[in-house]
Amino acid sequence: MSGLKILRVGPAASVQDMGRPGLLGQGISQGGAADTLALAEGAALLRQDPGLAALEMGGMGGEFEATGPLRIALTGAPMAAALDGAALTWNASHRMESGQRLTIGAARAGVYGYLHLGGGIATEPVLGARAVHLMAGLGRAAEAGDLLPAGPDPNSETGLVLVAEDRFKGGELRIVESFQSHLFPEAVRARFAAEGQLNILSEVILPGDVQMTGDGKPFVLLRECQTTGGYPRIGTVLPCDLPKAAQAQAGAPLRFRWVSLEDGLEIQSRFRKSLKGLPAACRPLVRDPAAIRDLLSYQLISGAVSAGADPFAKGETA
Amino acid sequence: MDSQDAAAYPLVRRAGLSGTLVSFGGSLSEASNRAALAFRTAVEARAMEGVVETMASLASVFVRFDPSALPHGKLEGALRDLLAAQDWLQAPLPAGRRFWRVPTVYGTDLAPQLAEAADAAGMSEAQAIDSLSAARVRVLTIGFAPGQPYLGSLGPEWDLPRQTELTPKVPRGALVQAIRQFVLFTNPAPTGWRHVGQTGFNLFQAGAGQPFALRPGDEMQFEPVSMPEFLKLCEDDPLRGGAAAEEIGA
Repeated sequence: MSGLKILRVGPAASVQDMGRPGLLGQGISQGGAADTLALAEGAALLRQDPGLAALEMGGMGGEFEATGPLRIALTGAPMAAALDGAALTWNASHRMESGQRLTIGAARAGVYGYLHLGGGIATEPVLGARAVHLMAGLGRAAEAGDLLPAGPDPNSETGLVLVAEDRFKGGELRIVESFQSHLFPEAVRARFAAEGQLNILSEVILPGDVQMTGDGKPFVLLRECQTTGGYPRIGTVLPCDLPKAAQAQAGAPLRFRWVSLEDGLEIQSRFRKSLKGLPAACRPLVRDPAAIRDLLSYQLISGAVSAGADPFAKGETA
Repeated sequence: MDSQDAAAYPLVRRAGLSGTLVSFGGSLSEASNRAALAFRTAVEARAMEGVVETMASLASVFVRFDPSALPHGKLEGALRDLLAAQDWLQAPLPAGRRFWRVPTVYGTDLAPQLAEAADAAGMSEAQAIDSLSAARVRVLTIGFAPGQPYLGSLGPEWDLPRQTELTPKVPRGALVQAIRQFVLFTNPAPTGWRHVGQTGFNLFQAGAGQPFALRPGDEMQFEPVSMPEFLKLCEDDPLRGGAAAEEIGA
């Protein structure tokens, strides 16, 4: 089986997919990739299902060796990447041959970069998913020496590139009211202070909830949040804006903007439609022939046929 | 303000973009918790198209749904109809409940905030141990982490607020206390509750046929043991730390 052997890796790398919906009642939040848009982008670049697992790399990448030929894609927070020393384009799909080494450096912007394999990373699912969920104690961070096995890959297309939405420098997070917003009357909203907030009942927590712990600092809870909690939530960031919250580096400016439920539903619905358009937005990666060191090793012309040739003579069938 | 007025409940409120919360009380009571457990079972039994998942918390039921398949108004109408169908505060507890006795070290280096909690409750440490270990508490809900119980209710003297600063990490099996409840931790985690006891009870095993030890409605008592006894129990029974269960008759 083809795969990637991890030679070295940053401390915050783990296998992630869309997580485990449906286990809230057992105390397990959905979890999954911090930036699910990056999962969808990688899937579009590799022409595969966005539910497949990829390696999430927090802050920095690592070095990986292919144990067989495979396709990869790189998405999320842009990081310097190279294949056997030759620079690779980010937000693009590439081919690796057995024994080739991929190096991925530190994030140039944002936090979470993603390394996707053709066929997905086929680690053993636990409770229905492959996503490591550190809060829940499911799985562990990736380590040097681990093998990331690739699942069966029916495709061979590589060399596609995508213009990714720039969500790596903070910005505006759209937020809707939730069931505890009334604890924060208009006059104190700017201070993020609620009344009696250390004594209210623990209630369900949703990804995107903006939690106040009592000293006036808002926390945006991401997908790996706890399922219940007692600190009050002033509102809930729209799911489509969570990648931007997750990708904000320390110091990045974030602003909240209240939107109505109706507007929030409309914005989220538009986002879902845009995800469906990702495969069609992939373009061929144009390479400058002058930058290809081993140009002469490429077969530049193929598939040429003679007008007089009979393809059936070789037993070919459509 | 959250209304404490019983007449305001049950309340149907919106939770984020695609959730609805049905609450049976603004503060914890035995009846509102029973109502939440029974109402969740009833919502699950209706199997409404567009409902994605449900969860019962202390006194509420959360319903996550797909608003494109089930508009907010339609779901809220169906939930109100179900609320009107019976007096949920009189609903019985779930069947098949169990009573767990869990050996626990109170205080010491293993549970360093017993003294602080006892002081806040106006007791000596010895009185606090007597009070906490005599309480037979119920699993009110599972949440925060896999299979992790919220347990109550303790007496009014234990109505202590959470800390304003989080404790960065308590270990697996930690018994923590605030607002007339305990929580028993599944995994090492940060918390705003005070760490008063330590158990060897492992609440969740991902690979097991039955991964979750506890169910809502189960009852528990945290019986004091000495540090040497505790260490021996953990060695002999690494999975449960000597915790034992018996069925509760109907």
